[in-house]
Amino acid sequence: MSELPAEVQSWIGEVRYEEETEFDVERGYIFTSCASVENGNPLFWDDKVAQELTDGPIAPPTMLSVWFRPHHWAPGRTQQLQPLQVHFDLKEKLGLPEAVMTDNEIVFGEPVRPGDRLRTRQILRSISDVKTTKLGRGRFWVIDVEYLNQRGELVGRESYTGFGYRRGES
Amino acid sequence: MTSAKRNLTIEEVHEGDRVPELAVDVSATTVILGALATRDWRPMHHDKDFAIHRNGTKDIFMNTPNQAAWFERYLSDWTGPRGRLGRMRFRMKDSVFPGDTMVFRGRVEKVETDEAGCGWLDVAVTLSVGEKPMTECATRIAIPTHEGDNPWTRRGDAWRP
Repeated sequence: MSELPAEVQSWIGEVRYEEETEFDVERGYIFTSCASVENGNPLFWDDKVAQELTDGPIAPPTMLSVWFRPHHWAPGRTQQLQPLQVHFDLKEKLGLPEAVMTDNEIVFGEPVRPGDRLRTRQILRSISDVKTTKLGRGRFWVIDVEYLNQRGELVGRESYTGFGYRRGES
Repeated sequence: MTSAKRNLTIEEVHEGDRVPELAVDVSATTVILGALATRDWRPMHHDKDFAIHRNGTKDIFMNTPNQAAWFERYLSDWTGPRGRLGRMRFRMKDSVFPGDTMVFRGRVEKVETDEAGCGWLDVAVTLSVGEKPMTECATRIAIPTHEGDNPWTRRGDAWRP
């Protein structure tokens, strides 16, 4: 497990999985998200407040990743798509069956609005040497995800640190 | 909704100020609703057997995007709707499980107005269970510099999170 495969090494810095979200940003999910954390911010519930502050309804900024998560099932799809596919590619290529996210940084840009159609792209930034933690033995990696709206405006950028590991090798 | 209607302005906030605590009892519904609201179908957030036997955790646990939503709610309850998040960085030290009581605490680390005239607060927020910090979140949130200011109108070079 100590050698990093050349194919994986070549992914570092490469833009991968440029894709459009599967559906337009919509208010039902905005309300569901707010309800899940009992967020009563009138900006998301009161159209007059939204008009005054943001020229119409917007989504909570932290919903950024919600819009690019694929449906659990769709007609004709033979295998389940994974959000943050680079993360799952790394697990497979490095033979690390388990993984957790340890760090997440989000920078917010233009507000996301109902009706927006977002595009994303993933960039692997780094992979660590083999490390041992209480979960097991594996590697840390950092993946950036950029989000653009249909006008090409940056609505946000996320950076994830993941740890892929094998249990019982700690 | 009343607490979210007030709008903090930069002159009301000082370094070292504390954000009022928020305590939330976590149930399995909290975890699963949060996972589904963030379109996270992975089984460790709804399937206890999977969480125990595959992830090696004691139960299902709260997912990352839902924690982000809790942090946002915590901050905007305090700032009011004109507060606009610019940046969040969080590190999860341990997981939040059903049966836990999450307590959010925040401390203002920095108050500044940038060169574009935008008022910013750096707020360190901690999600603890009991006395144990589970997630630490460094946030940067824009708030009005005066009563008529609205950070949401900032675009392009005027928005520098």
